[in-house]
Amino acid sequence: MANAPDNKLTSSSSELDLDRPNLEDYLPSGSMQEPRGKLRLRDLLDISPTLTEAAGAIVDDSFTRCFKSNPPEPWNWNVYLFPLWCLGVVIRYGILFPTRLETRISVVSNKSTCWFSYVVRNIVLPFTLLHLDISLMMGYLMHLNLICRVLVLTLGWIIFLSSFIPVHFLLKGNDKLRKKLELVTLANKRTSPWLSSIQRCLVELICSFFVASWTGVVKYHGPRPSRRPQQVFVANHTSMIDFIVLEQMTAFAVIMQKHPGWVGLLQSTILESVGCIWFNRTEAKDREIVARKLRDHVQGADNNPLLIFPEGTCVNNHYTVMFKKGAFELGCTVCPIAIKYNKIFVDAFWNSKKQSFTMHLLQLMTSWAVVCDVWYLEPQTLKPGETPIEFAERVRDIISLRAGLKKVPWDGYLKYSRPSPKHREQK
Amino acid sequence: MGSASSMLTQYDIEEVQEHCNKLFSQQEIVSLYQRFCQLDRNAKGFISADEFLSVPEFAMNPLSQRLLKMVDGLNFKDFVAFLSTFSAKASLQQKIELIFKVYDSDCNGKVTFNDIIEVLKDLTGSFMSDKQREQVLSHVLQEAGYTRESSFLLEDFIKVLGSSSIKMDVEIPVD
Repeated sequence: MANAPDNKLTSSSSELDLDRPNLEDYLPSGSMQEPRGKLRLRDLLDISPTLTEAAGAIVDDSFTRCFKSNPPEPWNWNVYLFPLWCLGVVIRYGILFPTRLETRISVVSNKSTCWFSYVVRNIVLPFTLLHLDISLMMGYLMHLNLICRVLVLTLGWIIFLSSFIPVHFLLKGNDKLRKKLELVTLANKRTSPWLSSIQRCLVELICSFFVASWTGVVKYHGPRPSRRPQQVFVANHTSMIDFIVLEQMTAFAVIMQKHPGWVGLLQSTILESVGCIWFNRTEAKDREIVARKLRDHVQGADNNPLLIFPEGTCVNNHYTVMFKKGAFELGCTVCPIAIKYNKIFVDAFWNSKKQSFTMHLLQLMTSWAVVCDVWYLEPQTLKPGETPIEFAERVRDIISLRAGLKKVPWDGYLKYSRPSPKHREQK
Repeated sequence: MGSASSMLTQYDIEEVQEHCNKLFSQQEIVSLYQRFCQLDRNAKGFISADEFLSVPEFAMNPLSQRLLKMVDGLNFKDFVAFLSTFSAKASLQQKIELIFKVYDSDCNGKVTFNDIIEVLKDLTGSFMSDKQREQVLSHVLQEAGYTRESSFLLEDFIKVLGSSSIKMDVEIPVD
């Protein structure tokens, strides 16, 4: 399978094939029996290994396990914990949720988030973990939460109203001006660097308050992403909030599927400003166009660093499915990012088959906190003699190791379609 | 899925256990029920062929179509009965019976030369030509004392396969 990204003729109808490495490496061998000496009738008729595999797949399979959302063990069924849990529900739905709704439309400065997460991480969590008492931990978080929010709310409103609206209009004006200029001069597609950095800060800010609205406690490890051309960021994918968590720290450009509803609206307004690429999962031809767009974006020095989720779908944060090689054949350095959510507080996995994004957000807002770790890992380049697929696997190893996820040899898109008959033949 | 066992009463579990001749423990039946509910997306009470094929490991198995015919549309009790053949406690005879049924696609109680060729075709696909397959089978049959025209009954299968130890066990994960 010669890989020639410049030669578009080779990417033909067997595009599903190109994505998948040799599945025979992963599947257990044994269905084809080697004739050891004489082939006996009973060896020929014995199809038991194949049948066993099939029955084993019916009973349990690694692919479905990737997308199982495990409900957290109910810890509140107990004489003294139950009334505390009831109080917790009242607080979560009655106090936290409404204050969060208000927080969402105000702005949080990076400093206060840092302070809050610093306190929680270094003082509250270790102390409460020592006690191993979940109800106590909830109590502490709840107190800190409320105090922080009241402070933040008043500050936020003031900052937000005074800065966002004028800048937004300035940007709009600049866009129109730019379009006019393009028609006239056909040159100089750059916006002024000052305005584009404001654009970036604004998006980062908006994401910060999104994160604060679910009391996101995010710990970032490793060097922050730098703005350089010829680099691409890849991360494992658990939910849409992955993107928001990462965007809070650095304004990334991202490649994503257009969603229906209010999310789509958000996507087309805010995300356009950071430079997003759209694709459509169902369209096959789309792949070439998208590959070209990706390459163009990466070359441009002005563009925001590009973030790609090579799994292609949301996975439940215990496993990683196979990475699509598209991100790895752009000929630039790949910087892996590993994201791991702490299950004690909330299950961040968005089971897109089970709930819509709105329901998922609501679920996040009525829970205690979203605690996660983000590791920025060492940039990797394609080694000489390595194919993009091997490169993708290597990066997947690095990410899975860092985040403590198990690897699974399946293509995430199998969630949406059947394996092609070619693979059955191969087997 | 934690509430799955609450939908299955003790009576149900025992009834299912009886139906499969006690080849599964009660815990295994509860696990199988969870799996059944997981595969049966719209809670229809049976798993359609489409839902079976959504398991990639199953869809890629060369014998999946044959097994699908046997397992499509089964309710939970029959589903467990089908899988009980794969229990470690099941008898060799039961396992050979299943193998026979897989070969005997027209369900007439006889397995002919062509039936075996069909199964070989499923297994080998494009790796062997039709001629090669017929040659190999004829040769092997001859050695064992049969001809192209002989058809196998279940007893014949038991005679041929019974001497070798067939390993056809699947472990049910119990959490």
